[in-house]
Amino acid sequence: MMLRIALFLLVMATPLRAEIAIQEVTSPGGIKAWLVEDHNIPFMALELRFRGGTSLDQPGKRGAVNLMAATLEEGAGEMDAQGFAMARDGLAAHIGFGAEADEISVSMQTLTENRGAAVDLLHLALTAPRFDQDAVERVKGQVLAGLRAEEQDPSAIAAKLSRVRAYGAHPYGSSGDGTIDSVTALTRDDVVAAWQGAMARDLIYVAAAGDISAEELGLLLDQLLVGVPAAGWPLPSKAVLNEKPGVVVQSFPGPQSVVLFGHGGIGFDDPDFFAASLLNDILGGGRFSARLMQEVREKRGLTYGIGTGLASRDLSAEWVGQFQASNDKVAEAIQVVRDEWAKMATEGVTAEELATAKTYMTGAYPLRFDGNGQIASILVGMQMLGLSADYPKTRNDKVNAVTMEDISRVAKRLLKPENLSFVVVGEPTGVEATE
Amino acid sequence: MRLPLMALSFGLAAATPLYAEDVTTFALKNGLELVVIEDHRAPVVTQMVWYRIGAADETPGHSGIAHFFEHLMFQGTDDLAPGEFSATVEAQGGNDNAFTSWDYTAYFQRVASDRLGLMMQMEADRMRDLTLSEEDVTTERQVIVEERGQRTDSDPGALLNEQMAAAQYMNHPYGRPVIGWLHEIKALTREDALAFYKANYAPNNAIVVVAGDVTPEQALKLAETHYGPLEPSSDILPRARPVEPPQLAERRIVLEDERVSEPYVIRSYLAAERNAGDQRKAAALTLLAELLGGNPTTSVFARELQFKRGVATWSAAFYDGTSVDPDTFGVYVMPVPGVALADAEAALDEVIAGFLKDGVNAEELARIKTQVRASTIYGRDNAEGMANMYGQALAIGLTVKDVQEWPDILEAVTADDIMAAATEVFDRKRAVTGWLQAPAATKEAKE
Repeated sequence: MMLRIALFLLVMATPLRAEIAIQEVTSPGGIKAWLVEDHNIPFMALELRFRGGTSLDQPGKRGAVNLMAATLEEGAGEMDAQGFAMARDGLAAHIGFGAEADEISVSMQTLTENRGAAVDLLHLALTAPRFDQDAVERVKGQVLAGLRAEEQDPSAIAAKLSRVRAYGAHPYGSSGDGTIDSVTALTRDDVVAAWQGAMARDLIYVAAAGDISAEELGLLLDQLLVGVPAAGWPLPSKAVLNEKPGVVVQSFPGPQSVVLFGHGGIGFDDPDFFAASLLNDILGGGRFSARLMQEVREKRGLTYGIGTGLASRDLSAEWVGQFQASNDKVAEAIQVVRDEWAKMATEGVTAEELATAKTYMTGAYPLRFDGNGQIASILVGMQMLGLSADYPKTRNDKVNAVTMEDISRVAKRLLKPENLSFVVVGEPTGVEATE
Repeated sequence: MRLPLMALSFGLAAATPLYAEDVTTFALKNGLELVVIEDHRAPVVTQMVWYRIGAADETPGHSGIAHFFEHLMFQGTDDLAPGEFSATVEAQGGNDNAFTSWDYTAYFQRVASDRLGLMMQMEADRMRDLTLSEEDVTTERQVIVEERGQRTDSDPGALLNEQMAAAQYMNHPYGRPVIGWLHEIKALTREDALAFYKANYAPNNAIVVVAGDVTPEQALKLAETHYGPLEPSSDILPRARPVEPPQLAERRIVLEDERVSEPYVIRSYLAAERNAGDQRKAAALTLLAELLGGNPTTSVFARELQFKRGVATWSAAFYDGTSVDPDTFGVYVMPVPGVALADAEAALDEVIAGFLKDGVNAEELARIKTQVRASTIYGRDNAEGMANMYGQALAIGLTVKDVQEWPDILEAVTADDIMAAATEVFDRKRAVTGWLQAPAATKEAKE
């Protein structure tokens, strides 16, 4: 009993806001960036994002932006792929490029003592990448190997089927990695075009954290981004979600089936977003005590893990979930998901569940901001969402302001059990496909 | 692992060692070890409790009990209902999870630093006072069957690794999978679990690592309050596991699975591990793996197999060495389409032979050492990573001093040391070569 009393007292003491000093920096050349200065460790983390990402692929060129991002580190200026890697490693700098559906990411970590040279190297990669023919072909081979492996991976098969059902011909309807046919057909010219179209100044967001001052950062950014084209390709139009309620089954050998499910969601800029986040947290968020985890795993042992999330992206919003289960358990697990979805839509949540979810969300928030790499990455993401730099100070108040009435209203508005679509890949027994 | 990881990331930096200045250790009277790693940049703390018990300590016929028990640790105690442990951590805004290996089982929470006392209170509670109902055990065993289905049986690569380990270790229990063989998992009982718990979960078999915004004095005071009163166990056995006999014959395995699209060759060689006060050979093997197949562009394998000959899509070499008993050194090659596995393997062996003849590229070694030095700075950015590094090392019998000397030992490794380690480790009699491929019928159907 002593233990429970202690727990109650501690819950009340949860910190309410993230104490983090974000500086808004504008370089002499006009580049805007956010910075958290911390001189404890002699290195800095820099994060750049270019909005658009693989959704900027031009018609017939699916996979070009991804191939371009993967080939950026394969040589720049006078250096071929070997030379570039040797220069980077000789400076002990970390440089990474990635392409996602909504953005291209560029990450750099450099020791303070090597900062100038590391910035010069990244500048070369951004403004003078070589895209040598042999490098393009070699990286293309790696992308193709990944695509072939995905054809034998039930999770990837389910994701592919789910995307095309939801979005058809829109870029969200296919993988940004492209298809075997589209990638095979890509040329060096396509890669160069993707570089010029998808990595321009009008698409950029910048954040830094660590051992650097605001003034130094401003000068660094001008040095880094001189020569980057001013304007890129126009951003794609919003994606229209085709809701297809029902169950689709695709056969694949193995002991288990992969199940993806979901329906329409809610935009990040919607006033009900926080209520929806709390609902999702209670239904199937990352926590062990979420309803679906309790009902599907803890009470019935039907799966190792099940989760849901609000997929609120630049061009669409969905509420999605996934699990894997033995083929003879899939039908029961699907029924439990349907039941829980319906129950929350009609009955909402209990006051205790809401209080617990708020304590979790508000308590977890400040814990995110530890480490330069983490902080820079969060800061650049906040900018892409259009948030202001004082957001960490007000965010938890917005979570706490959500009432039971809000929750009931938003549960009815968003949770539509009749609209749920299930994509099942495996050899499930007792699952009736509706199409 | 109790909870599935939704996102995984691997970086080469994670494989290289880190260094901390602010590490303090204590020993409680009941045998519990406490390690405190200070990082006051954010009001966050990670607590990890490492038990020196893992899958290699299981009795024959009970494979999977260590991992199964890890799951059961969340079921409840005399003070906490099943599931209440995690619910309480979550109510604080924290996260918790656990994982099991051959040599250890670890539990961790990441919370606001003023909640450390509560975390210790709960970990101390379940160290000795766990209660298990028959129903909880039955349901959780079913979850583990699903976990094995998801992580092993759905993944041909994981199945090959399992078969290869069983062939690599002819007598030592590293040959058994951590999650257990399916037929043995299904036979594990509540009585097995309770006996395993009573013998092995005790302060004199535990290392508590605390990393983050806490002082050593605060951490010690809290540890004495919560862990101090616990009774040690007198049933902890020394880790004297069966030793490998001389390995006299190369072993080869071909695993065919219709779900394979990209065939590959992987080989493991029996290799020396890190030992307290004796880490030089392991350091040489660590740098050997980096030189041969660590860097995706400039390593020997990448240059020869991917760039020069163009026979490989990917190649790698890997070695960890943080284990109680001898570990393995691995090499891997995925050929480009049209190159047969036999030819890819032959090319790999030619490159290894060439390396043994030509020796170490001094510039490449210098660059790797530069990165090792830098990793001691970058590593300080991640308190959880530090906790993990110290906990793992101590759980397999290394000391804090060994961990702190490791970067200097790596720095002191010479090209000659690396060549001596390579000559010793690349012995096919002590190796298992695995081929992963689709059955001939599947391959033909695709063509």
